[in-house]
Amino acid sequence: MKTIFTRGPSYTLRLSIVIACCVALLVADSQFKLFSSARVYLNSLVSPIQYVADAPQRVFSALSENLMTRKALLERNQKFEKENLHLKADRLLLGQLQSENKQLRELLNSKRQFKYKRMITEVMSLRSDPFTHQLLIDKGAVDGVYLGQPVINDQGVVGQISQVGSTTSRVVLIVDASHGIPVRVQRNDAVAIVHGSGAWDKLNVPFVQSNADIKEGDLLMTSGLGGRFPAGYPVARISRFQYQEGELYANVTATPVADLDRSRYLLLLWNDDPLAGADLTLDSPELIDAPVQ
Amino acid sequence: MPLFNSYKVIYLTFFICLVAAIFPLPIIFNAFRPEWMVLVLFYWVIALPHRVNIGHAFILGLLLDLLLGSILGMHALLFALLAYFTSVNFQRIRNFTLVQTTLLVGLFVFLSKITLYWIASSMQEIVLHRHYFWSIFTSMLVWPWFFLFMRYLRIRFKVI
Repeated sequence: MKTIFTRGPSYTLRLSIVIACCVALLVADSQFKLFSSARVYLNSLVSPIQYVADAPQRVFSALSENLMTRKALLERNQKFEKENLHLKADRLLLGQLQSENKQLRELLNSKRQFKYKRMITEVMSLRSDPFTHQLLIDKGAVDGVYLGQPVINDQGVVGQISQVGSTTSRVVLIVDASHGIPVRVQRNDAVAIVHGSGAWDKLNVPFVQSNADIKEGDLLMTSGLGGRFPAGYPVARISRFQYQEGELYANVTATPVADLDRSRYLLLLWNDDPLAGADLTLDSPELIDAPVQ
Repeated sequence: MPLFNSYKVIYLTFFICLVAAIFPLPIIFNAFRPEWMVLVLFYWVIALPHRVNIGHAFILGLLLDLLLGSILGMHALLFALLAYFTSVNFQRIRNFTLVQTTLLVGLFVFLSKITLYWIASSMQEIVLHRHYFWSIFTSMLVWPWFFLFMRYLRIRFKVI
């Protein structure tokens, strides 16, 4: 049955109700973050659609893996074996360095624990919001993923978890305009903060003094100061250091060391209780101010 | 069950367009992706305004917000507004030629892009990319074929 008259409430009334709902949602979500816990259920509501959209690519990559020739497989295997040998040799040294480091730290009376829990995750290369830089990954609350969890790949820091679903989550990348990460320069331990610029290959380093000892090509590592990222992972390389006479701060930009748009596998790190290993006595003022005997 | 039958077809097209809206594409082509959700909503609101209207537009917008990971309510607000303007004028738009509706689609996609940018920029810190407006042209290119295909579907499956 078709009528030229509308049934139910009029269009204007419906529109007003919907607009009121939308504005309430927008404010509640962006200003007060009321949905961060409810998003787990909301995201699992739409995850079937995401799996359907991701399926063709998954099938295609599985097929191409299956159709590889014997020769290509052998070559790859050989390459990996060589790489594995090198990595294992490095690891031998690492174990020794680790125990040495532990002994030195014990001498200094500052113990620091390293956590090794991590998990490999695959990127679902679906389209995301055009204004932000996000990735969708195939691990969620079921696997223990939590908000603000650091995400790296084999080259360096990629970003952190911004939304958790039950089986999928979203990673906000370090180049996103809303993201900041505390770093230090590897060469001289000068600290700074790296902000995303919104472009894929550019990061801003604001509030750097004009006479700061930072050069082009310097590697920036996570400092661990925010408590969110564990210390010591490479983040970016300084690409430009410019100071205009008379300005308050120098104009410094950096490029991320990780290939953010091309990595297929990422690593989730567990960095719970970041201050557990820190030696807080070093920070207490009475000890520092005490006169040296 | 004509009601069930017609909603079956309508929801199937919605599902396909939601999948197409997030389907993985190489980064270069990502900006050229047509706005499938705007197209499908526009078509159904013109064709069957008593079936698909502001309520459906709101729900679909919310789903798209969740799929894209944007602020909740952004696309919902936009789609509701589009559905309102279309359903108020649906009898006039039905008499348009295909060229005129194509231009109208271009205008709608352009306005939706501007609105999205405006909402997003007022809520968070964002950066506008140069390729952002390309999808207007691809949407206009796709629309005539999309329209004819959807009309074929509607007549073939007797969606009323």
